[in-house]
Amino acid sequence: MKGLPPVVITAIVLVAGFAICAMQYPNIASTRVVGNLLTDNAFLGIVATGMTFVIISGGIDLSVGSVIGFTTVFVAIAIERLGVPPWLAFVATLVLCTAFGAAMGGIIHLFDLPPFIVTLAGMFLARGASFLLSTESIPINAPVYSTVSDFALRLPGGGRLTAIAIIMLAVIVAGALLLHLTRFGANVYALGGSRATTALMGIPVGSMTVRIYMLSSALSGLAGIVFSFYTAAGYSLSAVGVELDTIAAVVIGGTLLTGGQGTVVGTFLGILIQGLIQTYITFDGTLSSWWTKIVTGILLFAFIALQQAIIVLARRSAVRKGAKP
Amino acid sequence: MMARLPRRGLAQILALVIILAVDRMVSPQFFDLRLQDGRLFGSMIDVLNRGAPVALLSLGMVLVIATRGIDLSVGAVMAIAGAIAASLADSHSLPLVLAAALGTGLVCGLWNGFLVAVLGIQPIIATLILMVAGRGIAQLITEGRIVTFTSPDLGWFGTGAIFGLPAPVVIVAGMLLLTGALVRGTALGLLIEATGGNARASELAGVGTRLMIVAVYAWCGLCAALAGIISAADIMGADANNAGLWLELDAILAVVIGGTSLFGGRFSLLLAVVGALIIQAMNTGILLSGYPPELNLLVKAVVVLAVLLLQSPRLAGWVGLASRLTGAKA
Repeated sequence: MKGLPPVVITAIVLVAGFAICAMQYPNIASTRVVGNLLTDNAFLGIVATGMTFVIISGGIDLSVGSVIGFTTVFVAIAIERLGVPPWLAFVATLVLCTAFGAAMGGIIHLFDLPPFIVTLAGMFLARGASFLLSTESIPINAPVYSTVSDFALRLPGGGRLTAIAIIMLAVIVAGALLLHLTRFGANVYALGGSRATTALMGIPVGSMTVRIYMLSSALSGLAGIVFSFYTAAGYSLSAVGVELDTIAAVVIGGTLLTGGQGTVVGTFLGILIQGLIQTYITFDGTLSSWWTKIVTGILLFAFIALQQAIIVLARRSAVRKGAKP
Repeated sequence: MMARLPRRGLAQILALVIILAVDRMVSPQFFDLRLQDGRLFGSMIDVLNRGAPVALLSLGMVLVIATRGIDLSVGAVMAIAGAIAASLADSHSLPLVLAAALGTGLVCGLWNGFLVAVLGIQPIIATLILMVAGRGIAQLITEGRIVTFTSPDLGWFGTGAIFGLPAPVVIVAGMLLLTGALVRGTALGLLIEATGGNARASELAGVGTRLMIVAVYAWCGLCAALAGIISAADIMGADANNAGLWLELDAILAVVIGGTSLFGGRFSLLLAVVGALIIQAMNTGILLSGYPPELNLLVKAVVVLAVLLLQSPRLAGWVGLASRLTGAKA
């Protein structure tokens, strides 16, 4: 890959966008706004980390939004109606979500089915299950919740780095280490490059597929817990459509949807870009919310077109190199 | 080929019959029809009528999927077309309103086709762009409000009737015949299947695969716009937030239930429409049964999984192996 890697371009877009916003509204360049941006997008950052693994391996996970919705309701019912201690509810949720991901990965691998449709079924299943649990919004009053939402690191300039923002940053660092430094991470890239070659190299494709979807669902569960901290409630309709925001952030972050290329850091930058657009619209006050969608769509197109151009150029230079000798 | 078609559709038609039979058990008046104000009423008519938008979407979607593509933007295109139709309906003549709405759908489809065929972007991603931006565009057109209209001409598309049948049902039947004539009456269907089966080989054999791909996305956009007009006409207004929301998933589901593989190749228009009816018959059945509509998604998930497993090549391989091992005649 010659020239600028997509991550660098994403970073440039983020910095340039931030500079433009800060020029118009100097208050944006404060730790307060940045701290809020991290807090508001904490759950998105966590899901997107899992989605990055799935997409790099050549798959897709449409179930993440529903799993978040399910988790918030499950946690709320367990804590408020059944009186389960919060830590136990969290562990149970994570175990349940991990098993759910394992089932999806298993079906995808065993029956050789497209991940799109299998995770679509998973999306219906998780959303349907959360509707069955409760269709009302359940407030969570457990003391842990107020402790966690009160906790924050003071940043210079009056900003607050909240607990859920810290959780997201930790997940992103852990995700980046897992993807770039471990054998598991290397195998994820290999799977996305070519499934058949990976299998021939002796990598257990089946167990890798299962583990990748387990990771994605477990992180969705964690994102759901974080989301319940954020809203202090469990609601079956929460996080509808989050799968699209997540996929968009991953793509804007420079991950190739065909698999084989991408970084967790890029995804984080993609989340920040989306958050920045939202913040700008809030600051402006006259722009309507639909501009978020339109600008996200335009950015998506720009990044995809860019990636496509990089691929075409790389292919051309490869052909040229092959023709010479 | 022709002789195999009925056998191919047996599973789907059987599924529809079973679901209708369950509906009949749940609600004894299910098949009752009555004529009122020159229009037929009854649960069965309701299934056809409510299923019309998804059936229209699946007609376009099945062609796209046959070329090994997918179109996630149809729900957003519905919202855009509905928004345009509703905002023009009271100030312009009907032909102009229809032309504007359908033309927009066509442009959306051409845009998707351009991204997939010319720029070579993966269909999921290419259509994701319009799926995300399209709903924003629809909200831009309606300025975030629910735009209502009073024009009875446009309203006819949602609530009118021809020979006692609701207009949406007649429109679906017409589109099914038209699409069928276009792809099965000519070589187009074969060329589409060839493109989906192996684009490179077809290209080498002289099939204009790029043109085929652009054409199917354009048709899909057109069908989506028509579905958007019907949904807007049905409520005499356009709700950019909710019109066609998640219907792209139902349409894909209908196509998959109809036996068309997501890996492209052979497709069936009629079975895709049957798939849409299966989904609607389930929805209506759950509503009639008095069970909470929340069950709907669970039932849908189970049906999708069952259909998928039945279609799985891996499973077919195992069954084949098992029957060979037990010494059954091949």
